Amino acid sequence: MKPTDIKNPHYFHKVIDCQYACPAHTPVAEYIRLILHKHYTEAYMINWVSNVFPGVLGRVCDRPCEPACRRTRVDEEPVAICRLKRVAADNRDDVLGLLPKAPAQTNGKKIALIGAGPASLTVARDLSILGYEIEIFDDQTKLGGFMRSQVPSFRLPEEILNTEIGYITNLGNITTRTSHYVSDIRDLLAQDYDAVFVGCGAPRGRDLDLPGRAAGDKTIHVGIEWLAGVVWGHVEKIGKKVLVLGGGNTAMDCCRTARRLGGEDVKVIVRSPRAEMKASEWEIEDAVKEDIPIIENHTPREFVIEDGRLVGMLFDKVQPVYDENGRRRLEPTGEEPVFFACDEVLLAIGQQNAFPFIDENSGIEFTERGLPVLDPVTLQSTVERVFFGGDAAFGPANIIIAVEHGHQAAISIDLLCRGKNLHDRPHPQVKLAGQKLGFHDWIYDSHVTEDDRQQVPTVAKAKTLRDRLVEVELGFSQPTSKTEAKRCLNCDVQTVFDYTLCIECDACADICPTNCINFIENDEEAVLREQLIVPARNQSQDLYVSDTLPTGRVMVKDENVCLHCGMCAERCPTSAWEMIKFFYKSAQASQL
Amino acid sequence: MSYNRPAFRHPEAQKNDIGYTRKQYEGGISTLCAGCGHDSIVSAIITSFFEMSIPPHHVVKLSGIGCSSKTPAYFLGRSHGFNSVHGRMPSVASGANMANRELIYLGVSGDGDTASIGLGQFAHVVRRNLNMIYIVMNNGCYGLTKGQDSATADKGSKTRKGAPVSFESIDLCELAIQLGAGFVARGFSGDKKQLVPLIKAAISHRGFAFIDVISPCVTFNNAPTSTKSYSWVRDHMEVTNTFDFIPLRQEITTEYPDNTAVPVTLHDGSIIKLFKQEEQHIVTDRKDAIAAIEEARYNELLLTGFLYLNPDSEEFHDINKTVATPLNQLDEKTLCPGNKALAALNESLR
Ligand SMILES: Cc1cc2nc3c(=O)[nH]c(=O)nc-3n(C[C@H](O)[C@H](O)[C@H](O)COP(=O)(O)OP(=O)(O)OC[C@H]3O[C@@H](n4cnc5c(N)ncnc54)[C@H](O)[C@@H]3O)c2cc1C
Ligand SMILES: Cc1ncc(C[n+]2csc(CCOP(=O)(O)OP(=O)(O)O)c2C)c(N)n1
Ligand code: SF4
Ligand code: SF4
Ligand code: SF4
Ligand SMILES: [Mg+2]
Repeated sequence: MKPTDIKNPHYFHKVIDCQYACPAHTPVAEYIRLILHKHYTEAYMINWVSNVFPGVLGRVCDRPCEPACRRTRVDEEPVAICRLKRVAADNRDDVLGLLPKAPAQTNGKKIALIGAGPASLTVARDLSILGYEIEIFDDQTKLGGFMRSQVPSFRLPEEILNTEIGYITNLGNITTRTSHYVSDIRDLLAQDYDAVFVGCGAPRGRDLDLPGRAAGDKTIHVGIEWLAGVVWGHVEKIGKKVLVLGGGNTAMDCCRTARRLGGEDVKVIVRSPRAEMKASEWEIEDAVKEDIPIIENHTPREFVIEDGRLVGMLFDKVQPVYDENGRRRLEPTGEEPVFFACDEVLLAIGQQNAFPFIDENSGIEFTERGLPVLDPVTLQSTVERVFFGGDAAFGPANIIIAVEHGHQAAISIDLLCRGKNLHDRPHPQVKLAGQKLGFHDWIYDSHVTEDDRQQVPTVAKAKTLRDRLVEVELGFSQPTSKTEAKRCLNCDVQTVFDYTLCIECDACADICPTNCINFIENDEEAVLREQLIVPARNQSQDLYVSDTLPTGRVMVKDENVCLHCGMCAERCPTSAWEMIKFFYKSAQASQL
Repeated sequence: MSYNRPAFRHPEAQKNDIGYTRKQYEGGISTLCAGCGHDSIVSAIITSFFEMSIPPHHVVKLSGIGCSSKTPAYFLGRSHGFNSVHGRMPSVASGANMANRELIYLGVSGDGDTASIGLGQFAHVVRRNLNMIYIVMNNGCYGLTKGQDSATADKGSKTRKGAPVSFESIDLCELAIQLGAGFVARGFSGDKKQLVPLIKAAISHRGFAFIDVISPCVTFNNAPTSTKSYSWVRDHMEVTNTFDFIPLRQEITTEYPDNTAVPVTLHDGSIIKLFKQEEQHIVTDRKDAIAAIEEARYNELLLTGFLYLNPDSEEFHDINKTVATPLNQLDEKTLCPGNKALAALNESLR
């Protein structure tokens, strides 16, 4: 293999598993260390710059960082990254004075944003502080999109959302037009906007056309419409017996909300086996804790109507059958249909994109799947000054992806308005900082703890089930957050090797607790991987290869389970290994 | 601060035949200087015992005084151990071995511990052919007491301060061969590929197995002018033979072309395959072995690998015809047969 090019920021960025997995590349390890040292405000601001909604995301983020966390490869559970983010938000001082301000003088460019979800709000933040004039249109009475209308208050209290949206709208240069449905995008294109961003989400819930659907209409609801109804106060209660159909996160929010609106016997019915449900493991756990059984392998057959009233549903039992490619089919077991009695049904069986306000003649083209044709990097549509982001771009996803789309769209819009090539994108910022203090002393806390993942305390079940506005989770206390923060392995503190200093004494290879370091004859990657002390079979993790050493060998480090403990650097007599903090910050339109 | 090594290990770390990973063969964290050759030898010892699937509690580790003699604290944490007096490890090893011959005895010593204060004890433990592995971590100096020249420092070579060594050096391997050791080898801490099989073969050998391991002292004796430094050893290392060590239970999978490999079968059935090279001396011949060491020394080379092998030598228990059962497993009556037996014994000696 060729020596690793560690000058390319991509290499060390990838070593920071959580940050690399985060769509917005939030500097996770850095803020976790700040939390450990009780610098909550700084930790909050690092998050705010990167992901715009730390208080929101510290509660309801989909957390792609956690399954990626290095800790899962040596310990049972990942660092509770998301819950630590909330600690920063809960314990921060007032940050108003730390937020940027939009310049008094605008740059003369006007941008229209359709929808006020996380994607549009991010575009608004990134561009307003550069002097752009922003106008946001949303058909709801308040800003926030699905963060407000879908994510229930017992997971995300309204005031948290309001505060963080307020941070954006108060920056200046942002005009909000709520209760304003854009019925034809051509109206906006006809005006003098320099760019239009479409962040309208994926607002349509899938219906279920089965016998009895029409007759039972009054007590059969499309889940996302029903959840929005609860938030906007149109829906205040539900029948005692409720069936929720679907296995995604929407189903989990529906069933838990139903439990709070009078549902006593609430069941979730899924077609697939439970193990294949789309909902996050922790959301399923939370539902089960609220006495909601999950009934797997049942496909709906009909709504049963008696005397013009819905009384229950019939289901066919199925079983999963896997073909030789591992693809699953659900086959009927041939048993008698199963009847579940109910008063109401919530359908949470999928969400779809819909663009009724975009006419064919607008020039905006769509794929066969009904999604806009986009440049995947710039998010530009087939109309030069129209961009898409969030759920509207590639289908329903989550908040943090919407935020990242917002950042990318803002970069594109800024480049467009400045007459630049949209593919000439700004580079990330990288900062390096040596960590050595003394013989055994490091600036970072190099000690690797064995503590298990800490549990977040919750409000008593009886109390939360009584009131849908009571947040279930209480968040970590400061001492618990410290224990949890110490579980972080500091993957951003990189092991950096200088082959010109190495005397090949083997001390580093001998001490390394996880056998990352090898001194062997060079070869091609596949061969090297098999020849390491412990073969490097995790292909998603890179090998760090040095130049040729005096004995003709090379140093090969498998990044896979490096604990970033610094033992190698401590045992190296010549400082050929150094522990260097690598701070990586993604590019944004405004380099905050 | 890291005075503790993290507890996590590689989740895919291999297990040996008795279900242990390397972790079960580790000891406490080393307090030696960063980069010390002794730490590498420790690692080679761990690897050897792990790969040979020897239960750690079947091992007794013994040492004297010195940085080298401290190392038993850093490996095989779950074995028996005795850190004795400076230069006196052989006596303790002899006593322990006499009491229980079923255990594996591993002596770890330094060049000061063995070639200076302990030379007398060393000479006699070799002569007795005690069944043990004796490793000298040879750094040419007294590391623990801040780097004074030891008896293995080569005459004329320069230490850290630049003064040439004024006395003749002792070659412990040559001495061991002269005194009748059946297994004599030399390794280098910086070459585990060679060192690990040497240690494994030593474990398999019955009788006194001696390995002199050149082990640079990074702090006091690693100047390029010292013959015990990383750079000097790497530039002057020569091997007697390339070889394969095939432990008893392992199948021979490599094909050897006829006449190129000389097999030496050890007492426990393990085999050392020595690959013949031109102009190479025969390590099973004592005269030849000593000549090769002398020749290398004359050419300012460091000869490593197997220097002398005689797998059929008689060990101390054989010579003394001592009882096979460990003393702690004998009942009191057998151990103290009484006056009558004593009288009979005395009578037989008259
Ligand atoms: C029940 C449920 C729970 C969820 N829970 C989570 C969670 O816990 N964590 C997570 O990360 N994600 C969650 N999501 C997904 C997340 O809410 C979305 O991915 C995210 O909000 C998408 O953001 P967006 O900016 O694309 O648009 P949205 O948030 O969907 O906002 C779009 C806004 O545009 C408005 N709009 C649409 N068309 C027009 C128009 N023509 N004119 C004016 N306004 C218009 C809409 O009314 C809406 O207010 C959940 C989704 C659902 C349905
Ligand atoms: C009886 C006695 N004399 C002297 C000493 C002081 N002393 C301690 S270690 C040592 C030399 C150790 O040298 P070596 O065996 O080569 O070990 P190294 O530290 O080099 O590994 C000496 C002389 C002692 N501890 N006991
Ligand atoms: S251990 Fe810390 S830095 Fe490493 S992936 Fe997990 S959270 Fe990120
Ligand atoms: S920091 Fe160094 S010693 Fe620690 S696990 Fe990583 S490579 Fe091994
Ligand atoms: S400890 Fe330092 S000098 Fe020794 S092998 Fe490792 S990198 Fe090289
Ligand atoms: Mg010494």
